[in-house]
Amino acid sequence: MGATVRFLLGEAEREIALADPTRTVLDYLRTDERRTGTKEGCAEGDCGACTVLLGEARDGAMRYRAVNACIAFAATLDGKQLLSVEDLAAADGTPHPVQRAMVAQHASQCGFCTPGFVMALAAFRLAGAAPTRAAIDDALAGNLCRCTGYRPIIDAARAACADPAPDPLRANESATLARLQALAPRTSLAIVRDGRRFLAPRSIAELAALCEEFPEATRLAGGTDVGLAVTKALQDPACVIALGAVCGLDAIEESAHTITIGATATYSDAAPVIARHYPDFGELIRRIGSVQVRNAATLGGNIVNASPIGDTMPALLALDARLILRRGSAVRELPLAGFYRGYRETVLAPGEFLERVVLPKPAPGQIFRAYKLSKRFDQDISAVCAAFALTLEAGRVSGFGAGFGGLAATPARAPAIEAAVLGRRWDEATLAAAGEAFDASFTPLSDMRASGAYRRLAGRNLLRKLYLETAPSGSGRARTRILEPAP
Amino acid sequence: MSLHEPLPHDSAARHASGEALYIDDLPEPRDLLHAAIGLSARPHARLAAVDLAAVAAARGVVCVVTAADIPGVNDVGSAAHGDPLLAAAEVEYAGQAIFAVAAETVRDARRAARRAQVTYHDLPALLTVDDALAARSFVLPSKTLVQGEPGAAIARAPHRLSGRLDLGGQDHFYLEGQIAMALPQEGGELKIYSSTQHPTEVSHMVSRVLALPCHRIGVEVRRMGGAFGGKESQASQIACIAALLAHHTRRPVKLRLDRDDDMVLTGKRHGFRIDYEVGFDDTGRILGVDFLLAGHCGFSPHLSGPVNDRAMFHADNGYFLENARIVSHRCKTHTVSNTAFRGFGGPQGMMAIEQVIDEISRHLGRDPYAVRRVNFYGKAPRNRTPYGMEVRANPLPALTARLARTSAYARRRREIAAFNRENPWIKRGIALTPVKFGISFTLTQMNQAGALVHVYTDGTIHLAHGGTEMGQGLLVKVAQVVANEFALPLERVRITATSTEQVPNTSATAASSGSDLNGAAARAAAITLKARMARVAAAEFGVPAGEVRFANGAVRAGNHTIGFDELARLCHRHRVSLSATGFYRTPGLAYDPAAMRGEPFFYFAYGAAVAEVEIDVLSGEYRILRADLLHDCGRSLNPAIDRGQIEGGFVQGAGWLTTEELWWDAQGSLRTHAPSTYKIPACSDLPRDFRVAFWAGRSHAPALHRAKAVGEPPLMLAMSVFFAIRDAIAATAHHRARPRLDAPATPERVLLAIAALAAGGGAAAAGVVAA
Repeated sequence: MGATVRFLLGEAEREIALADPTRTVLDYLRTDERRTGTKEGCAEGDCGACTVLLGEARDGAMRYRAVNACIAFAATLDGKQLLSVEDLAAADGTPHPVQRAMVAQHASQCGFCTPGFVMALAAFRLAGAAPTRAAIDDALAGNLCRCTGYRPIIDAARAACADPAPDPLRANESATLARLQALAPRTSLAIVRDGRRFLAPRSIAELAALCEEFPEATRLAGGTDVGLAVTKALQDPACVIALGAVCGLDAIEESAHTITIGATATYSDAAPVIARHYPDFGELIRRIGSVQVRNAATLGGNIVNASPIGDTMPALLALDARLILRRGSAVRELPLAGFYRGYRETVLAPGEFLERVVLPKPAPGQIFRAYKLSKRFDQDISAVCAAFALTLEAGRVSGFGAGFGGLAATPARAPAIEAAVLGRRWDEATLAAAGEAFDASFTPLSDMRASGAYRRLAGRNLLRKLYLETAPSGSGRARTRILEPAP
Repeated sequence: MSLHEPLPHDSAARHASGEALYIDDLPEPRDLLHAAIGLSARPHARLAAVDLAAVAAARGVVCVVTAADIPGVNDVGSAAHGDPLLAAAEVEYAGQAIFAVAAETVRDARRAARRAQVTYHDLPALLTVDDALAARSFVLPSKTLVQGEPGAAIARAPHRLSGRLDLGGQDHFYLEGQIAMALPQEGGELKIYSSTQHPTEVSHMVSRVLALPCHRIGVEVRRMGGAFGGKESQASQIACIAALLAHHTRRPVKLRLDRDDDMVLTGKRHGFRIDYEVGFDDTGRILGVDFLLAGHCGFSPHLSGPVNDRAMFHADNGYFLENARIVSHRCKTHTVSNTAFRGFGGPQGMMAIEQVIDEISRHLGRDPYAVRRVNFYGKAPRNRTPYGMEVRANPLPALTARLARTSAYARRRREIAAFNRENPWIKRGIALTPVKFGISFTLTQMNQAGALVHVYTDGTIHLAHGGTEMGQGLLVKVAQVVANEFALPLERVRITATSTEQVPNTSATAASSGSDLNGAAARAAAITLKARMARVAAAEFGVPAGEVRFANGAVRAGNHTIGFDELARLCHRHRVSLSATGFYRTPGLAYDPAAMRGEPFFYFAYGAAVAEVEIDVLSGEYRILRADLLHDCGRSLNPAIDRGQIEGGFVQGAGWLTTEELWWDAQGSLRTHAPSTYKIPACSDLPRDFRVAFWAGRSHAPALHRAKAVGEPPLMLAMSVFFAIRDAIAATAHHRARPRLDAPATPERVLLAIAALAAGGGAAAAGVVAA
């Protein structure tokens, strides 16, 4: 087993022994490497000032993704390339096209958020998407700027994408690939220091064995939640089992009737597949966190984390998703609706872990809608989230699944609402019955995200919105959704 | 040359490369300790026992200090006393600092700070403005401004309305949190790096807390990662704690607040409760108005006096209030002491009158812009503010007319009406709101600045002044002024960190005055040096000094031309000093603070904005579809920098009025203390169609090079967003009722306002808003 973490920092090989196994990438960069261009703005993955790029070999090419260094653990760098803002300029000092554009467009004021924006935009430019306003907004949703109001940064994004200069990050690609291959870990990483463990198994069997050996271990997938336990709650987890290196656990497979998503598949990897079948689900995922968060965070983590405001569960519940759990060699399957026992409590047995999520493909005629309500559109946590899977046959509701978040101690299906509409004509009377069932089903609480009164009113209104968008006597030509930013 | 040119921020390239250094990026001295603060868990309690044994015993801890360890005075109050550095016997807000710890690592310090055993003896806590008003609990005496006979005028008026508007506060959310590093020097001196808008005040406070004379304390700041008023006086507490720990440990100490601690510990924009009664005629002209402005000050006076004064001075915004009474209560609550924030009370005062105008318009069924027009300041006698200052050459009628034209305001209002007829579930609204903002510190003595300029013998310039850089581009603007004066290219002027050791007794960089004051002081120093150099050139070439000209990097004396660097060397050979200070004080201020009458402002900055929004009737969500901004920068020193201030101010103001909600729980703890829960605007919140222009028309601009201050005024352009949302809400009831909408207009408040209208709530309105 390897006890040191080997990776590329820029083009330089690093091998580090971590005295603190859950030390963050940000702390490592700023303290050990004295690379202070990467900033801490919040230490919880919400401001993007610490954005760095992680490079991995994928299909014979380097794939770079932006992540938040503040909540990423240095131990997860094993076998990867880490790029910070100091790596962007060419060897002769020529700034990266994004850096040039940021200066030319007057896109920095205090400058503290700027390196993070530069890194997010470097990844955006590299990905090669068309720089529409919507695409730029999405690429930058995880970067907060308090000074500029974003207009010049948006212009810089467009200018950088229009700059014909070749991307310097591709200049050394083949050499980087070779280097990465050379230092690719051949054994599992196991850091043991002062009684603390960081274990990164490489196979499902090994993972299953470790989960049984250390049933109390913290399981680390994307780390967008576990990271906060370290940076905010100041915890030093005694034992971490990192899932990111487990081969095949991130697999996404489609069959004729299902999509199976491995527990460690990131949102960024899962979203395109899901969106192809459920566009509203895709949009819901797009509004989870930010690019940086979705590049790390996993659908499996969202499920197992069992937060009442986890955003994917309403959709997964409405669609009757099923979970495949493993303990040792024993595998069981159960519906997501049966997974939660209470507030942040699941039915996972000691040593058992989530292996895969099985999502049915849309049934013929099925309509899927998802709605997320939050104070801010992007990178916010839901006040209320609702998802509906509706099938109409000859004007009657022949299938109806409803999942809600933010209204109870766990994400919840709403059987009473389902019962109120199933088999009935999809009309105002049925909608009223569904509304009454809604009121009877939920007594939401007040907190800093919304009052119970708002959650109740808005949640019930989402049933009307569904109705307007799907019923024969719905809104007709009148719009039901506010405009997205223009291209 | 460089003046009035859209040059990049001096640090732009270093921002983008990551080379720009903030305090946490400076090389750490050997033996550096890291500090953390222990915070109160209760809003109001006697400290029965503070047991710090576990803190002191925690890993890595070197020193723990409480109020008892303060050698000087335990107070870091700025404009007024009352802000203990560390709470001694009683805590007055949840999050107040009780003790501080220094340890070998940041993590050690923060973890240790959570191990205190504090026994609280709870006392009754007032948590809201309403609580404070009911208890007559104030941090400072109330004030009243009266012009004319408001009571009688309201009573006589054909129409009368009254109502209430609640405005939330706002966290600064500077991306760089509060930070300071204190380094003990030989002889008991202290060097302090502080992320502060006010290095002089930091030195004063450290002097007060440590009982050290000012000349043994040096305070320096190269740049801040944002400030917005939040580092005007609050930086002192951070620096003082670092200094206190450095004093006791004789080791350098850095205190960098965690984001959550920062948001809980430090003050914010004042929330306000506004009650109003207004009398008006059929055209909407205000005949009399009575305002009660109740500012949410928190537990101490801090800067609340001048903040609430400024709210009173801006309750007229751009409108002549012939008969007005403005009563200001400075409410004391057991919450964090609120502080300076871009606009400094002005935005809250302006919201009061804009709300009144909007109410009048809805009551009469007239276009709010038409009602604004009949109320704008005009010619004498309709040009006197409630505090007795004359409004000269008011550009608002012409400025708003131009904006109405360029934004197609009237046509779009008709289009919106048509859209709203066809769309029951999505409604649109539009509003045009003006801004008139007084420039100068209302505390007259703060309107002064100093600078220090050296010319080196190679012809390069060293520039120092009292202004601090927080991103607003002050340093490049002042450098442009100096380069222009010497007729040198900008790169010949070196911009330096702001230090109390270079320029003493400075004012805060605040009140939008940074470039007016410091630019003028630096220019004065440059003029002094030029005069000395001109005399040398005149003597050398035998021409009168008046015929010496500085142009294009050279100096012409009659028919002779000499390089600027050559002349510098000549001066040195002739033993002429090439270093000079400059000083400036704003002329013409004549203000009697006791009577609140006179001319507290040098001039006014103006602007106006049109915003159009779309709201979702079922969820309360909204988008800003378009915003047109027209702002008066006078003759901008740097249009690129100023545009950044206009745009950034607008978006920040829109955040204040829409998604940025401070939420305290019933126990008085702030629960929105991180970006996960406190939502400043993100990229997609920028209006999808965003148009910004500079006012090119007539304007009274008496300051340096005819430029106008631009730091704060554009924030208030965002009032247009709030009133556009209100317009869209009213559209859900066909404009037949006046919605009750408080700020921030979160989706929740929007939806609940819609629901109240649907349930028959909301005061009556005329039912049409004609263009």
